[in-house]
Amino acid sequence: MALTREQIESIAALARLELTAAELPVYQASLSRILEFVGALERADTASVTPMAHPLPGLSQRLRLDAVTEQDHHAEYQQNAPQVAAGLYLVPKVIE
Amino acid sequence: MRELHHIGLSELAAGLRARRFSSIELTETFLGRIERSQGALNAFISVTRAEALAGAAAADRELAAGTGGALLGVPIAHKDLFCTRGVRTTCGSRMLDNFVSPYDATVVAKLKQAGAVMLGKTNMDEFAMGSSNETSYYGPVRNPWDPDLVPGGSSGGSAAAVAARLVPGATATDTGGSIRQPAALCGITGLKPTYGRVSRYGMVAFASSLDQGGVLTASAADAALMLREMAGFDPNDSTSVEREVPDYVGLLEQPLAGLKVGLLKEFFDKGLDPDNGQRVREALKVFESLGARLTEVSLPNLPLSVPVYYVVAPAECSSNLARFDGVRYGHRCESPRDLLDLYRRSRGEGFGAEVKRRIMTGTYVLSAGYYDAYYLKAQRVRQLINADFTRAFQQVDVLMGPTTPTPAFAIGAKTSDPITMYLNDIYTIGANLAGLPALSVPCGFVGQLPVGLQIVGPHFAEARLLTAAHAYQRVTDWHTRIPKAWA
Repeated sequence: MALTREQIESIAALARLELTAAELPVYQASLSRILEFVGALERADTASVTPMAHPLPGLSQRLRLDAVTEQDHHAEYQQNAPQVAAGLYLVPKVIE
Repeated sequence: MRELHHIGLSELAAGLRARRFSSIELTETFLGRIERSQGALNAFISVTRAEALAGAAAADRELAAGTGGALLGVPIAHKDLFCTRGVRTTCGSRMLDNFVSPYDATVVAKLKQAGAVMLGKTNMDEFAMGSSNETSYYGPVRNPWDPDLVPGGSSGGSAAAVAARLVPGATATDTGGSIRQPAALCGITGLKPTYGRVSRYGMVAFASSLDQGGVLTASAADAALMLREMAGFDPNDSTSVEREVPDYVGLLEQPLAGLKVGLLKEFFDKGLDPDNGQRVREALKVFESLGARLTEVSLPNLPLSVPVYYVVAPAECSSNLARFDGVRYGHRCESPRDLLDLYRRSRGEGFGAEVKRRIMTGTYVLSAGYYDAYYLKAQRVRQLINADFTRAFQQVDVLMGPTTPTPAFAIGAKTSDPITMYLNDIYTIGANLAGLPALSVPCGFVGQLPVGLQIVGPHFAEARLLTAAHAYQRVTDWHTRIPKAWA
């Protein structure tokens, strides 16, 4: 299935990825090719098949006690942040 | 005495206990090999000399006191997607070039607990997305058997490091073949455990229903020891399984006689290089001579595993990699105009071409109007493949076939077309889709290049795989071969 340039722009916007003008046609070609390749799945008869949700059948999600187990590590974690002030992560102004 | 780098991981652990050599000696030996290899192989992203020597000195003190774990003083390396406290974890990406994890992955903590000494972090395809180690931000890794060829991927750095005996063992991860394929292309042993066997806590996530940590070593016996120390339940990973870890080492010597081996009919197809296939058939004859009974088994839906994977894995990747937003950690663009610009440019600059391709593929197959046709359809076909495996394991104990269609290929040979690259994993992806344990062992050469035999088992049959591989390695010596340049 061939994707249009507009579709690639819309996918990139959804994925929050800035693409250069040179990248657009490259992804247009390769994504079209990938979709054509995975199109082979259409031929499989899956009318009565339940989608597989977990690699180990029969296992359900484990629950834990509703108890506080984590300590406050924010100062340590924020050492990796590009910009912080007063314990807060800084981003460009969102509300005028 | 043999040179230290010719001795395997289990024997090194025993030698340290017997005080035949010290951890400092070993650590210096392997650090020297790593440092001399960097220009030629590029197998490491970070080498942690000072930490390693401090760790080795501490291990030597414990060895003298007769305390400590099963890997006390043994040098190892971690794939650079296992978080290591205080040592940067890049995942082979510009996005995480400056990321220093505030905690250890469970695998790292467990191996540390067992006494292993980390020498550094190995190179890999960016975010583990690749089959050739060419997508790394830190440049490609070269195959120790021929520097013009790829080592395979995504755990290419770990595989090249073990093959060139820069370390006796390394951690790795496998989402679609990233342990087994480089093991085959580098002539070493690689084991991907059952989904849930090894904790994923602190492993940077790519595709969470497929990712599994494992080991790369020279021999199956070494893999058994390392896995025993790494595996086990972890409350910090919600998909970790509460199930006792068997003593993989103690179970190695069980006899093979009567083992029912299924030959995967779909793997001996027209895509398989005839010489590569011949080496695999010769290995199967060895198993027959050890008392295994061979029958052909057909898994009719298996040829659809690559298309299923290239819907499911990108879908999970697009979701997992949404966390890299330039706000809390990772790359941030210069002077963002607004929040959206910050997200888009930080991600556009921080991710490489293949990662962006997979994020976009995943975004598309999960988007409104396409989710049923692509994602749900792929999860249904995945169920069919899973059912094929379940049926097969009602007839046989293990499945065998080639690990890869061909031996190692040239750097740059498959970068222009993503599908050509994706098809490298045609024989390995099935085990990930069904969550099965699978192992690759070296089984001969085509010209100068090693070839791998793959053994797949039912859930939690790691011991059976290791026992079979160990029996094979007792009567063959492919796993002891070292590339000339690194002997």
